[in-house]
Amino acid sequence: MSAGLLGLRRDGPAIAMGTVPLLFLLLLFVYPVARLLSFSVEGGNFAHFEKALTDGLYVQVFLETLRIALIVAAICLVLGYPLAYGLAIASPLWATIGFAFLLLPFWTSVLVRTYAWMILLGRNGLLNRTLLDLGIIDQPLALLHNRTGVIIGMVHVLLPYMVFPIYSVMRRVDRQLLSAAEGLGASPTQAFRRVFVPLTLPGVFAGATLVFVISLGFFITPALLGGGRVMMIGVQIERLVRQFLDWGLAAAVAIILLAAALGIAALLRRLLRGDLTWS
Amino acid sequence: MVVSGRPGRPLAPGRKLLIAYCVLVMVFLLLPLAIVFPISFSSAQSLQFPPPGYSLRWYRTYVNDPVWMAATWRSLIIALWTTALATVLGTLLAFSIVRGNYPGKAIVNQIATAPLIVPTIIYSIAVYGLFAGFKMIGLWQGIVLGHTVHALPFVVMIVGAALRTFDATQEQAAEGLGASKLQAIRRVTLPQIRPALISAAFLAFISSFDELVIAMFLGGSNVTLPKKMFDNITMEIEPTVAVVSVLQIVLVSLVLMLAARFGAGARPVT
Amino acid sequence: MVEPATGSADLELSGLIRRFGTVTALAGVDLAVRAGELLTILGPSGSGKTTLLKAVAGFEMLDAGDIRLKGRDITLAPPARRNIGMVFQNYALFPHMDVAANVAFPLEMRGMAKAAIAEKVAWALQTVDLAGYGARLPRQLSGGQQQRVALARAVVFDPGLLLLDEPFGALDRKLREQMQLEVKRLQRRLGLTTLFVTHDQEEALILSDRIAVMKSGQIEQLGTPEEIYARPANRFVADFIGESNLFRCRVSAVADGMATLTGEGGLTLRIVAGTLTAIGSEIGALLRPERPRILVPGETAGNMAEGEVVEAVYLGESVKYALRLVGGGSLLVRLPFKAGHGMLSPGQRLRLGWDPADMHAVPWS
Repeated sequence: MSAGLLGLRRDGPAIAMGTVPLLFLLLLFVYPVARLLSFSVEGGNFAHFEKALTDGLYVQVFLETLRIALIVAAICLVLGYPLAYGLAIASPLWATIGFAFLLLPFWTSVLVRTYAWMILLGRNGLLNRTLLDLGIIDQPLALLHNRTGVIIGMVHVLLPYMVFPIYSVMRRVDRQLLSAAEGLGASPTQAFRRVFVPLTLPGVFAGATLVFVISLGFFITPALLGGGRVMMIGVQIERLVRQFLDWGLAAAVAIILLAAALGIAALLRRLLRGDLTWS
Repeated sequence: MVVSGRPGRPLAPGRKLLIAYCVLVMVFLLLPLAIVFPISFSSAQSLQFPPPGYSLRWYRTYVNDPVWMAATWRSLIIALWTTALATVLGTLLAFSIVRGNYPGKAIVNQIATAPLIVPTIIYSIAVYGLFAGFKMIGLWQGIVLGHTVHALPFVVMIVGAALRTFDATQEQAAEGLGASKLQAIRRVTLPQIRPALISAAFLAFISSFDELVIAMFLGGSNVTLPKKMFDNITMEIEPTVAVVSVLQIVLVSLVLMLAARFGAGARPVT
Repeated sequence: MVEPATGSADLELSGLIRRFGTVTALAGVDLAVRAGELLTILGPSGSGKTTLLKAVAGFEMLDAGDIRLKGRDITLAPPARRNIGMVFQNYALFPHMDVAANVAFPLEMRGMAKAAIAEKVAWALQTVDLAGYGARLPRQLSGGQQQRVALARAVVFDPGLLLLDEPFGALDRKLREQMQLEVKRLQRRLGLTTLFVTHDQEEALILSDRIAVMKSGQIEQLGTPEEIYARPANRFVADFIGESNLFRCRVSAVADGMATLTGEGGLTLRIVAGTLTAIGSEIGALLRPERPRILVPGETAGNMAEGEVVEAVYLGESVKYALRLVGGGSLLVRLPFKAGHGMLSPGQRLRLGWDPADMHAVPWS
């Protein structure tokens, strides 16, 4: 008797439970996305890709998107690493409060936050008025409807994505290692730099990758804070579909965006593998 | 829990600097949320800061405007349906992925989390293209489907994490004691992962209630609350949007508090 | 090794095979557990004992083989239909149910009437000395109490078989010894056919009616604790059960029911010949450390050895000595500790003797 066939029977319930949701995703996610992407090669040639990759306008858009994503990731790191460290060493009470303050904006609609930044950053916005009143500047700064505004808004949205992975890695670092380093003659600063920071690098890379990749596909923030003057890929794709009805080109641009996002994520993962113990 | 500072040591100057820095970053994070409160209570005709006086006029404007009200109800109904669908489907999928050992499980896992990786704008036009063919643009049911896809990965991740830490021998014990697989799950597993289910449902609700881009493409002229806000923001910045913003922030705070009280895993950090 | 299925066998395993990729967890296991007996599966980790237990319980599927419980073929039955009570390593009590609900669970699953359930639960809790604890939650109980609840839950529905999966591992030594005796008493009283899995040989010797020693997915020896301890079938069993000295020897002569063995370093041993007849064959001569005694000057014995203490370990009622023998080689002995006599210290020499009957021969290869 072949009891081995029962392997499948043991998995029967698991397969049965997965079937309906899987069909749902195949029908309403995989199929429409694949269908959209297939538009890029309609007509059997790569004309849309050629246009997307050679037309000066689209090259500009790609470069601008990359530039903004890089800057956003860098700023998030500078703001996020110390914050994650602060949360990691805070007492339970302060950590809870800190997390509440981090989660509230995280779960608040991007739209609400973007709207608030428009109030804050405008020519007559709160920020410019305060700076003028204090006499720090005598001309209002241009903070809205340009790259600066978009970056500020995006950093605000994406900072938690940087903090969470770094924090979770920091929490797992064995505190005794720092004591050991100090016992071996390192100053607290040296112990931090030579032991703690290298051990938390995986979190830094995870956070940076996450922020960078999400930045590439951003739409609401650049659309509103950029005021039509900051062209990121997401905004461009929406335009191609809604204004120009050019599905083929939109699909080609979407594929390039997806490939860039997935490629960069995979590349970073590969670069990191086996290389997590730099000192 | 959280590693606490080493007690008994005086606050080093570096530590004071760190605290100051963290406070500044927190101010950066919270300032935009705080700013909409005074503006929503403004008595001015247009957006001014600080407001010349305080009143509830913009709250009245919001409540008395049938378009705002219709958008609010529409978003609520969509969010509730999304919550129900995403929680049920996501929980089933999480069970399948965590407990199953069938070939192709890795691919199912990939598909389950893919909606997180594909930028929303790409998914939006993809599903827009599909639904346009079926003349489904403008139907709230279509938005529910799109939002369910959007919310599923959250549910799968939260419930999946709870299932992974759940001791599976308990299910085996129940089966050995005479329970069917289904009875074991219903009587032993579900009651114990209920906090995760609650968190997942809350997050599915918020993710739908806040969502703009999918709703923008699928909604047609039947705008949801975020779409109505978007339209108003692009037209002119006036305080009604601040009113809605305040209501949303209050709602999110409420949901987070409920999730913290009754749920688990709402923190994206495990 | 095939144990003929006797008429009174409750659980019969025949030809159980289970492979995980290239690893063979069960390589054709045959075993018959008699009605009412407590049979222990003893083996190191990776020996396949856990796979065997899971296969019996129905949590692990087999590639080949049959499992029969009280004459019924349960090879393909789902766990719920096997009517087997199991105590898990970590007890697997349902933390969201109180003690009574935990114990009532299997009865509910069998559709028993409420009143009958209450009666049964009360009986089971009484049996494990936990009457009055029904309303507590598992986390409010001590480790030993949790184990009793697990035991009550496993026996309350009159299972055809009781499975114990290393249930004493989490308890401290004193409690463990107490629980072992209680489990044994309960098992006797209820006449429960029991399969017990452990890696702890001491525990196995105390509790078992019979022991099956497993290695690499196979049963190496099946027998009573006395048989397993005194007459191990091979080197693995000799080594795994208890402490032992195992001398690698050749049979140099056989006469009058006695065999003479020669080992490394000019060691000469005399042993009851038994089945040893082939001169020149290589065997392992097993000597348990508690067998040798100190010889007073002039005294002789069937076997004698002289050596120097290398290490001494005080064990309370006895002292364990590691000796370096005169001809090279080493010997482990355990001698009674007599108050006032003190311990021998490293460097001291002593002469030991033991009888040929104290030794047991096992095949070397």
